[in-house]
Amino acid sequence: MKIRVQGVARSFRVEGREAPALLPIDLDVAAREVICLLGPSGCGKSTLLNIVAGFLQPTAGRVLVDDAPVTGPGADRGVVFQEYVLFPWLTVQGNVEFGLVLKGLAAGERRDIARRYLELVGLGPHAEKYPVQLSGGMKQRVAIARALANSPSIILMDEPFGALDAQTREVLQEELSRIQRVEHKTILFVTHSIREAVYLADRVVVLTKAPGRIKDVFAIKLPEVRDRFATEFTRYESEITRVVKEEVAQVHQ
Amino acid sequence: MEWGLRGAAIPRQRALRLRLTSVIGFLALWSLASGAVVVFKLFNPIFLPGPWLVVGDIVELAGKGQLWTHLAATLYRVAIGFGAGALLALGLGLPAGHIRAVRNLLEPVVELLRPIPPLAMLPLFIVWVGIGEGSKIGFITYATFFPMFLTTVHAVGQVDPLLLRAAQSLGARPRQLFFRIILPAALPEILTGIRLGVALSFFVIVISEFIGAEHGLGYLINDGRNFFLVPQMLGAAVLLGLLGYVGNGLVRAIERRVTRWQHHDGAAA
Ligand SMILES: Nc1ncnc2c1ncn2[C@@H]1O[C@H](COP(=O)(O)OP(=O)(O)O)[C@@H](O)[C@H]1O
Ligand SMILES: [Mg+2]
Repeated sequence: MKIRVQGVARSFRVEGREAPALLPIDLDVAAREVICLLGPSGCGKSTLLNIVAGFLQPTAGRVLVDDAPVTGPGADRGVVFQEYVLFPWLTVQGNVEFGLVLKGLAAGERRDIARRYLELVGLGPHAEKYPVQLSGGMKQRVAIARALANSPSIILMDEPFGALDAQTREVLQEELSRIQRVEHKTILFVTHSIREAVYLADRVVVLTKAPGRIKDVFAIKLPEVRDRFATEFTRYESEITRVVKEEVAQVHQ
Repeated sequence: MEWGLRGAAIPRQRALRLRLTSVIGFLALWSLASGAVVVFKLFNPIFLPGPWLVVGDIVELAGKGQLWTHLAATLYRVAIGFGAGALLALGLGLPAGHIRAVRNLLEPVVELLRPIPPLAMLPLFIVWVGIGEGSKIGFITYATFFPMFLTTVHAVGQVDPLLLRAAQSLGARPRQLFFRIILPAALPEILTGIRLGVALSFFVIVISEFIGAEHGLGYLINDGRNFFLVPQMLGAAVLLGLLGYVGNGLVRAIERRVTRWQHHDGAAA
């Protein structure tokens, strides 16, 4: 297994009391697998992702990556944030080269790698621009190229397309799906959108309302290139919608 | 950046013309006022000399070679005093903004000293270091340290933690985080503090040159007061204004260079 989440739970101190945010989670992720995490907001999706990224310590349990326990963030796990989080003082090219600079790669080599990934996300002509000059969709493409250029085996994405308009969002889903067919990363992808999850995932993990635990797991047995209007696709969509709605309904009670 | 400012954007040429008009208008008003004093015998005209007399006085001082001595004395004190203040503020402010233990160590002392108006400390400096260059330079260092230290601490402290996370996930170690993320992210605000420091240097140098100096623009003003040389007083004041203006412009130019990324037009399309 590429990632093993073993009994991972997390609570936060709120007003002097320990409030659980995430109940024990067990999840094994195979190499090259795409897992989408779905669940009502506040159920602990980001918390789980941040624990796998090494930004947060779990209060119980542990995460193994390639059988070694996660103790902090590292270059083997690339992260793409909803807020893009580009380095505004670096050009697009400089952003994509960032991890390679840290590794001490020669300038020529860095350039070639960065160019390759910028081409892959369709931003070749924008290499010299600064982040302020880009639209949201372009920024997120840079963030994806930056993560990929560093060649991590795992990519963690926390609602990466959540701030984009519906059209851009679908385009980026298609690009990510195309990239994954070439790059074969292990991806943990948090989303609010059931359609997005069914479009991208090998397995969709649905969490309960807060504090979250795993409610259901759906293996999506659809072809690599997916059609959002295929009957099989919409069947998954409605099946998962039903399960998610149970939780959302409880949140609003 | 246009927000907050009313009125349509104006072409550079016209903006420059407007600004020039304002300067000329000011000089004209000044001339008129001092002319009126002479014509209507309002009071002794030596109290309000016209701009031409002030310029004449500067030119005369320059001709005698004295102007450079005074200018150099003031600039030297500001350069060393401010330079030391900036080094100290960055040297202590960067670690204090970054490391909690350092901040807890430094902040109480700074918070205790900061509310004391720096001018209140000048006589103490003279008692401690004597009336020579040391107290003047040291005083500038002392006075400029506080705003630069505090903006540096704040600038480092407010760096977006997500930037740090993003860098860590790309493999950045603590040293690399500091030099490649925290420093560039904090730089714009640090430079604002440095600009404050430059302005403050010219503010406090004048006062320390009032006391026991033999050279410097502040000395010229005080000397002018003793001998009713009003043109000399105004001349030195004008020169101080110009120096401050140039100093501010220099830091701004640096700011513009290092924050090119904030402006659309700064980058190649
Ligand atoms: N640093 C924190 N301190 C206190 N509570 C937190 C913190 N981070 C998250 N939480 C709480 O944990 C719960 C789960 O948050 P999160 O993982 O962000 O949810 P999701 O991403 O599913 O919307 C929420 O109730 C949130 O308020
Ligand atoms: Mg979240």
